[in-house]
Amino acid sequence: MTALPEQASRYEAVIGLEVHVELNTRTKMFCGCATDFGGQPNSRTCPVCLGQPGSLPVVNRRAVESAIRLGLALGCDIAPVSQFHRKNYFYPDMPKNYQISQYDVPICLRGSLTITTAAGEHRVGITRVHMEEDTGKSLHVGTSGRIHGADYSLVDYNRAGIPLLEVVSEPDIRSAAQAQSYLSELRAVVLALGISDAKLEEGSMRCDANISLRPVGHTVFGTRAEVKNMNSIRSLGRAIDYEIARQTDLLIAGEPVVQETRHWNEDAGTTSTLRVKETTEDYRYFPDPDLIPITPAAAQVDALRAALPELPAAQRARLAQDHGLPREQAATLVAVGLAPLFERAVAAGAAPVDAANWLNNEVVGWANERGADPTGVPLAPGDLAELTACVADGTLSKKLAREVLDAVLAGEGSPRAVAAERGLVQISDTGALTAAVDAALREHADAAQRVRDGNDKAIGALVGAVMKATRGKANPALVNQLLRERLSGVDDGR
Amino acid sequence: MSLSTDDVRHVARLARLALGDDEIVALQAQLSDILAYAEKVGEVATGDVPPTGHAYPLADVLRDDEPRPSLPPDAAVATAPQAEDGRFRVPRIVDEA
Repeated sequence: MTALPEQASRYEAVIGLEVHVELNTRTKMFCGCATDFGGQPNSRTCPVCLGQPGSLPVVNRRAVESAIRLGLALGCDIAPVSQFHRKNYFYPDMPKNYQISQYDVPICLRGSLTITTAAGEHRVGITRVHMEEDTGKSLHVGTSGRIHGADYSLVDYNRAGIPLLEVVSEPDIRSAAQAQSYLSELRAVVLALGISDAKLEEGSMRCDANISLRPVGHTVFGTRAEVKNMNSIRSLGRAIDYEIARQTDLLIAGEPVVQETRHWNEDAGTTSTLRVKETTEDYRYFPDPDLIPITPAAAQVDALRAALPELPAAQRARLAQDHGLPREQAATLVAVGLAPLFERAVAAGAAPVDAANWLNNEVVGWANERGADPTGVPLAPGDLAELTACVADGTLSKKLAREVLDAVLAGEGSPRAVAAERGLVQISDTGALTAAVDAALREHADAAQRVRDGNDKAIGALVGAVMKATRGKANPALVNQLLRERLSGVDDGR
Repeated sequence: MSLSTDDVRHVARLARLALGDDEIVALQAQLSDILAYAEKVGEVATGDVPPTGHAYPLADVLRDDEPRPSLPPDAAVATAPQAEDGRFRVPRIVDEA
């Protein structure tokens, strides 16, 4: 990528995202096959999801409710009449030679999602949310192990027919950072609704990006490329940055951008041509004659709207307002899913800012080290409250408190019980520290002299010696105070 | 409406049909006739009738989200032209560039 900054800055990126959300219903979109993960290939298939002649699809009520709930959360209009269409194509990931989707009458239209980046708040329009079915999984057999150069493919239809919602944004996104923020916020909304586990790494949430460039100030869109296969929010950002640079180079060189589908290669950090884009007409959408319209009654929509949970934006604002948390801290709590635990800990007496710090740093770190979901950490709200109280009243230093937290999370008991059991209680008693302080002054007389000579930093060696002698249990503030008393007075312990 | 031979070739490609030139000419005429016949429906005054994909006076036939038994895996692939390890075996998917 060789574009000079001044040339590149003549262009602006126009980005729209298509996000697929795999719903966590128990059964598929149009048949009663279970949606479990794993198991034998094709063990969760039936005549409907295998597209056998004479079989009839019937719509999953809960999938429709999930679609309406997501639409309402995104401020969409819920279509009073919506219809399923067949999207026809030759590709063996669907056994029917078509995918059941929605076309001109999707269930949700015209919403928006507000995102926050370093540049401030930005509203991204939602064009539509529609229902469709997931495809099967192909295993490409051949020396390359990839789709290109495979000798043949083996297809498992266990995933075929699992309900998906496709959320299509307006081309309102201008940068990788905005795209990442949008995806992250949409994921948070989906998690708050509880309609999907929304794991990008495992494919239960997938994001495709339509990216084009145009000269700054122009309103006509350039030719776009659709980029697929980003398996994390970080990958989405990298892929968009790469694609912007690639298209910038083409435009500066006077070469055309080809309308095509491109594949993001995570390891190489590049995109490459997957297939030249088929035009919409080639899919020959037509109303599925096996499926009759969906007509949500206004009363049903109102009931679903009334039952919506608190959404992330509102939750962040409330945590900041009610508990005096900085916005960043509130945002992290909501993003990692620890807001409920936080509120219960505060109700149990924890100081809000301290509790949020412990959750956002230590507890999330503990879960990450184990590859676990932070929302499942085995920490009782009362224990978190007790831990913050121990640090606040000087019973535990921050360092000791971390060790205690690990033990609490390992199921060893409450913080105070663990501290007592392990003898980890911080020494905040002057008498108990005097001997160690005097010993440190004797053994590090040179450091003591340097402090007396005005080199204040030299006190660090003395504090360190006391901490070492007490195995980290001394109250550092008290050690500091005792050392300074000795060093400023005539009594230096000799 | 009259189809061009290019239209016929395009539709044939989408349907993965290999047609000879004589077949394309024959189908051009036949498909055009069929479309002309279907266009007769357009002569009926339907300005006040909303478009529909169906003739049935039905909507919202929904299923509760309750699992039902699936086919035994052997049965699922029993009618496949080729199968391997319980999966459907298909020719390679993307043509070499």
